[in-house]
Amino acid sequence: MENAPETPTTPRSVSRRQFIQGVIAAGVTASTATYLYRGSGSVLSKSSLAGSTERLITINVNGQARHVDVMKQETLATTLRYKLGLAGTKLGCDRSECGACTVLIDDVPRYSCSVLTHTVRDGKVITIEGLAAPDGKLHPVQQAVVDHQAFQCAFCMSGFIMATAGYLKTNPNPTRAQLAHGISGNLCRCADYNKILNAMMHAGELMRRT
Amino acid sequence: MALIHDVMPAFELFQPVTVADTLALLDKYKKSAWVLAGGMDTFDWLKDRNKRPEIVVDISGVKEIRGVQATSDGGIEIGAGTILSEVVQHPLVKDKYPILTQAAEVVASPQIRAQGTLGGNVSQDTRCWYYRGGWACYRAGGNICYADTPSAINREHAIFDADRCVAVNPSDTAPALIALDAKMVIRSVEGERMVDAEKFFIGPALDITRMTVLQPGELLTAIRIPATWAGASFYFEKVRERQVWDFPIVNVAAVFVVSDGKIERSRIAVNAVAAHPMRLTSVEAAIAGKPRNEETAKLGGERAIQGAKPLAHNEYKIPLMRNLVKRAIRGQTA
Ligand SMILES: Cc1cc2nc3c(=O)[nH]c(=O)nc-3n(C[C@H](O)[C@H](O)[C@H](O)COP(=O)(O)OP(=O)(O)OC[C@H]3O[C@@H](n4cnc5c(N)ncnc54)[C@H](O)[C@@H]3O)c2cc1C
Ligand code: SF4
Ligand code: FES
Ligand code: FES
Repeated sequence: MENAPETPTTPRSVSRRQFIQGVIAAGVTASTATYLYRGSGSVLSKSSLAGSTERLITINVNGQARHVDVMKQETLATTLRYKLGLAGTKLGCDRSECGACTVLIDDVPRYSCSVLTHTVRDGKVITIEGLAAPDGKLHPVQQAVVDHQAFQCAFCMSGFIMATAGYLKTNPNPTRAQLAHGISGNLCRCADYNKILNAMMHAGELMRRT
Repeated sequence: MALIHDVMPAFELFQPVTVADTLALLDKYKKSAWVLAGGMDTFDWLKDRNKRPEIVVDISGVKEIRGVQATSDGGIEIGAGTILSEVVQHPLVKDKYPILTQAAEVVASPQIRAQGTLGGNVSQDTRCWYYRGGWACYRAGGNICYADTPSAINREHAIFDADRCVAVNPSDTAPALIALDAKMVIRSVEGERMVDAEKFFIGPALDITRMTVLQPGELLTAIRIPATWAGASFYFEKVRERQVWDFPIVNVAAVFVVSDGKIERSRIAVNAVAAHPMRLTSVEAAIAGKPRNEETAKLGGERAIQGAKPLAHNEYKIPLMRNLVKRAIRGQTA
């Protein structure tokens, strides 16, 4: 591995450096720092190759940097729910087929059950817990849901809210058909689609007003 | 089957950021390495524990293979790692090859299109539920096809080119790329090779365990679409049972150049009827020089289904395919 190519400086390799800095801060003597900075290929273990991944990472969730130990195979839904305690994100199918786990990654609705946490180190994750303003004022989509009492059991609700919040950013004034298509990656087991759409159309109105 | 387990079984994860590093990893680990792009095909396999790669190489951070560019010959090049929603929104694609915009737009659901890549869409495995359910069939290295027994459920399986395996290729973008005569750019540490889209996909007669010519150690880096068919007349249609998530039952993609009211040349491809998307060269030949009307459409539709062999539950696919080809030739969706 002596000749392993160096990883170019990218956000991903930066977070690796930050990790190493963390290790230094945690007690590795300063004299080893020059050695540690030589490159990623030979730093931590003899067997690491360009592109190898550390478990201890920092991810940005709801505006906060969260340090967390993430398994290589761990999905974002697992990290959010079981490591960070953000259980507002629901797991329905765990197979990209229902939308209950929808969160925003860089403002785009994605199925967190089907995203490796290690792939969002450079992204900004927003979950249902992070949607309201810091002063507690509900996000317009949340307010519209309350106004319309749109859901029944509401298991699908946080997914629908996140999908709608993401979609309305790309199309703030959709027709009902456009909105239905835009949030068609979410299922409701209680099949309350009409009421959900009423609320989400109202959400668009509230957003345009603010 | 779709049991929910706690997490996927462990694997070693690599996240290279350059093609060179990716190829080095794929070369080092060859068969034990699994390329991960958007993961929308991959995660089911891993979660269900029906494929157990030791090494996963995540290429989502490789920027070199992402994006759409104009090429000097007037065509475009799309990086294999380009996300489907980027393909859908890209003005160059929409302007020159709206048939690909349409095909990418009907894939799965918005969230899947926001993560799945074009390279992953064409490289995806079949959806035969016996195989995906972990049954040790031919494709999985066994010696029986569970989809072709007297009690098998095979509504969505093949009507053409079966060879032990009767599974179909489920990609929506594949027939559009074949119709546009796209070239697949494949790289390994050995170098680069370019394969016609039409030859990129393979059936069970050639290799029953793979859907494409991609070998271990190889990476699809780009898809080049030549200028040949830019501005032609296009047709795409997908039939599926529900309008979100569902794979095609049959889809059709076609390009026509019409002059003086006659079809000068055309390329027509269908998918989900065989283990590989099928280009219908005999139809193309039959309709050449003819006007784009009902009579020609009928002729083409009938020609398209010659040689089709239904299984117990999928005979309906034959008239469905015939009618889709007819509609493509006729050129309207009524
Ligand atoms: C619920 C659901 C519904 C779906 N519906 C549809 C549909 O209607 N139509 C449709 O066409 N598809 C559908 N898909 C299938 C498919 O997952 C997506 O279309 C997506 O495009 C796959 O891309 P990906 O990048 O996520 O693939 P990945 O899972 O990352 O990759 C798929 C395969 O290709 C290989 N691969 C990926 N990129 C490369 C590369 N650059 N070089 C070499 N090998 C590579 C991987 O190793 C893997 O074997 C659906 C999937 C799901 C889960
Ligand atoms: S159709 Fe192919 S993949 Fe499905 S059970 Fe038969 S051999 Fe296996
Ligand atoms: S739990 Fe993620 S889509 Fe169903
Ligand atoms: S309200 Fe019950 S699943 Fe949607």
